[in-house]
Amino acid sequence: MWRFLVPAGILVALIAFFFVGLFRDPSYVPSPLINRPAPEFQLPQLQAPSAVLGSADLRRGEPVLLNVWATWCVGCREEHAKLVSIAEQGLIPIYGLNWKDDRDAALHWLERLGDPYVATAVDADGRVAIDWGVYGAPETFLLDGDGTVRYKHIGPLDTQTWEREFMPRIRALRDGRT
Amino acid sequence: MRALWLLLPILVLLATEAGAIDARDPFDDPDKQARYERLIREVRCLVCQNESIADSNAPLAADLRREIRSQMRDGVSDDEILDFLITRYGDFVVYRPPLGPHTILLWAAPLLLLAIGGFAFVRVIRARAGGTLDDELPPDSRPEDGVLGDTQDAKGSGQQ
Amino acid sequence: MVPELGQFALILALMLATVQAVTGLWGAHVNRGRLMALTAPAVAGQFVFAAVAFAALTWAFLAHDFSVAYVAGHSNSELPAFYRVGAVWGGHEGSLLLWILVLALWSIGVARFSRQMPERFTARVLGVLGIVSIGFLTFTLFTSNPFDRLIPAPLDGQDLNPILQDPALMFHPPLLYIGYVGFSVAFAFAVAAMLEGRLDSAWARWTRPWTTAAWIFLTLGISLGSWWAYYELGWGGWWFWDPVENASLLPWLAGTALIHSLAVTEKRGLFKSWTLLLAITAFSLSLLGTFLVRSGVLVSVHAFATDPSRGLFILAFLGIVVGAALALYAWRAPAMVSDAGFKPLSRESFLLANNVLLVVATGLILLGTLYPLFLDALNLGKISVGPPYFDMAFLIPMLPLSFLIGIGMHAAWKRASGQTLWRKLRWAALAALVVGVPLPLVVYGPAPMLTVVGCIAALWVMLASLVDLRPGRAVPLTRGHLGQAFAHFGVGVFILGATVVSTYDVETDRALAPGDSVEIAGYEFRYTDTYGVQGPNFDAVETEVEVWRDGRLIDTIYPQKRVYRVQTQPITQTAIQHRWNRDLLVSMGDPLGDQSWSMRIQYKPLIGLIWLGTVFMAFGGLIAMTDRRYRMARREATAPLASDGRARAGGQA
Repeated sequence: MWRFLVPAGILVALIAFFFVGLFRDPSYVPSPLINRPAPEFQLPQLQAPSAVLGSADLRRGEPVLLNVWATWCVGCREEHAKLVSIAEQGLIPIYGLNWKDDRDAALHWLERLGDPYVATAVDADGRVAIDWGVYGAPETFLLDGDGTVRYKHIGPLDTQTWEREFMPRIRALRDGRT
Repeated sequence: MRALWLLLPILVLLATEAGAIDARDPFDDPDKQARYERLIREVRCLVCQNESIADSNAPLAADLRREIRSQMRDGVSDDEILDFLITRYGDFVVYRPPLGPHTILLWAAPLLLLAIGGFAFVRVIRARAGGTLDDELPPDSRPEDGVLGDTQDAKGSGQQ
Repeated sequence: MVPELGQFALILALMLATVQAVTGLWGAHVNRGRLMALTAPAVAGQFVFAAVAFAALTWAFLAHDFSVAYVAGHSNSELPAFYRVGAVWGGHEGSLLLWILVLALWSIGVARFSRQMPERFTARVLGVLGIVSIGFLTFTLFTSNPFDRLIPAPLDGQDLNPILQDPALMFHPPLLYIGYVGFSVAFAFAVAAMLEGRLDSAWARWTRPWTTAAWIFLTLGISLGSWWAYYELGWGGWWFWDPVENASLLPWLAGTALIHSLAVTEKRGLFKSWTLLLAITAFSLSLLGTFLVRSGVLVSVHAFATDPSRGLFILAFLGIVVGAALALYAWRAPAMVSDAGFKPLSRESFLLANNVLLVVATGLILLGTLYPLFLDALNLGKISVGPPYFDMAFLIPMLPLSFLIGIGMHAAWKRASGQTLWRKLRWAALAALVVGVPLPLVVYGPAPMLTVVGCIAALWVMLASLVDLRPGRAVPLTRGHLGQAFAHFGVGVFILGATVVSTYDVETDRALAPGDSVEIAGYEFRYTDTYGVQGPNFDAVETEVEVWRDGRLIDTIYPQKRVYRVQTQPITQTAIQHRWNRDLLVSMGDPLGDQSWSMRIQYKPLIGLIWLGTVFMAFGGLIAMTDRRYRMARREATAPLASDGRARAGGQA
């Protein structure tokens, strides 16, 4: 009478799925941009509104980071020191995308907390952020030398994430190149 | 105009919030407006997650609504708009999962389960059609519960 | 001191639950009367201590004891006393305490009202309930203690989430939990029957009123939750297919199937193993709901603060309790056979169809709810399954079911006559068609085919339910029959409301300045004034909106935008103008400067019927529950379980 065991079998399968599910974050949404060319954009720069920062500037023949930030974002404040230290150590060039922010507040923020960015693009109305699939600042994209998106981290960047997720990938990209 | 000064601190707070109620830029064509309202109910807000962008107060939801409106004004079709969102945010962004190898089971499930249920139903009916009808119903059954559904029919039924 | 007293009471309750489980199950196993005699007193003691713990937490809220972490997290010195009582179950820990209290209440009910059942059987039922109590008490004490202290105590609390500060929320969770937990009684009856190794009509007759009682509470709890979401969240929707809503709908669907299969088991001694499985399933789905809401495996709008260790605990508990029950099922069910039969056209086959369709609906909602989790666990990507899927998947089994209800409730047991059915129902069928087709089209305007079909189904179910209520019957209806008619009539009312409102609702978002007006669905809304108001713990902007129809002022309504002082997020307080045949809603959006506001204005025809229908269903359940035969069974007291598994002989009326 194997059919009377079917309900127990379903229970076991469900519990197995739930067990795996407990250790995952249901609200984490992976980016479909991974291994795709970075979306095109042309935006004014924060410090020099007449100058333009575009996706072409990110194709530098070496890996770069694009960090989406805003002064209203709590997580951005949290990770800022880490970004500054990465920039100071010269580990990788970092570009900023200032998302739906107040220009004066953003300038003041960089002045006060240090500016880790090579340049910062201003996405005042959030149109470019949509192309990048941004949904919660801070977000940090890793791009390779051809401007292809290789990795995306959502949430504040801490030392652990940096060492575990970013550094190995950056080294691999650099090794692959040479 | 009672106590308008009371509003000040609240207005400051409220002004920082972009509401789900978007009255700024409606379509003149009611059909188009209806299409728009249907469409934004199918797009999930990624910030607050269990709301559609139609119901969400998040700034991103407002941005996406504006984007959808502007694409609709450019004559972009619903499917193209949804594709636009999916290529940027992934399948997660739509409440109607796109049909594909991973979702075929989900979409086939209604008919599949109905077929399994129908099969089980027929099997039980067949198996029971030959069973005995001789047992008496509990005494508290109502008159209509009689064997042929009606008291006068039951009289001539020959059961029991 | 009082919180420590509460904690101590919980520990004592746990010890008594253990006594209850051991004396009940072991006592029945060795058939030792003296052991079994301890079970009922243990139940009573457990109830007393659960009540003491609950009272202690309520006291902590009323006395503003912010040194209790749970109170500090869910209350505030400005929170009105009414909501402070509601806040007791406004969060994870306190709602578990409510769950424990409700379970103790059900257990004491079973102990008190089951004197007619054999002693061993009652002991087993109470023993199983004791196991469930142990699970929840351990869970509360070890992972979610509501009495944990916060040192140093904060000066004030973080307040109850503003959207929970609403009268409906005072009653929604208790009703829902009474329903959820009530299915543990059906579960305990099922497990006890499997331990005994037999199941008969008497068993079904004992189980039915308990199951119906749980179902009534669950129906009202879900309905109240839906109503609350409708007016409090301000979006005008009444069902969102959120995982938490689905988690409450799943046991309801399984419970509804169980009520119907119990009818067959009672009358004919058929579907025995199936009924057992449904009883286990309804309870498992209640536990599953708890797991989904409290573990954070799914994204939901109203999930509790989550913690993986809690999820792990519930999962383990679910695995042990349900796993054991299903193992027992696999062992005992094959022996639960019956040689009774029925013809393809009979009450039994309609109830079978009912069960098949309800189980299909349960399966589809479960699949849709868990599918994102399945894909993610298999690393196949992230998807969302939302209203477009559920609307379709739910309708596929439910639409045919609504047409079958009308016939099924009149079909005779064993073998029905098509002719008799036709004679009885032809007028109802004809009227449903004749009225159902023009009704939506004439009253409300052009509609898709599905709307017309929905209206026909609604009228058909309503009219078919009323057929037996015609005056001048020779034989009076039993309460069971009357309750059936009421509940099914409610299903029709519900379908009518849901169909009409989903087709004909009108919604518009407008920017309005004082003096402006908007017209929708024949109503004119005039925005006249804005001003500030102060609540006990919030400040608000209130607008005055006049509702005009045909040049006549019919009402003035006052939507608000509130900012609660502690948890500063703005809350929209929708103003609703109710009439029996429609609701008008006005909600405030953003300030657009200069006293002009964006506002959402909605017209919802017949939406009230949705909740009215569920009240009818619950009321029908209540009437059926009080049927004479359940009381009769009580008097027949200790007659041994009939061993042939079928009804005892008795004259038909």
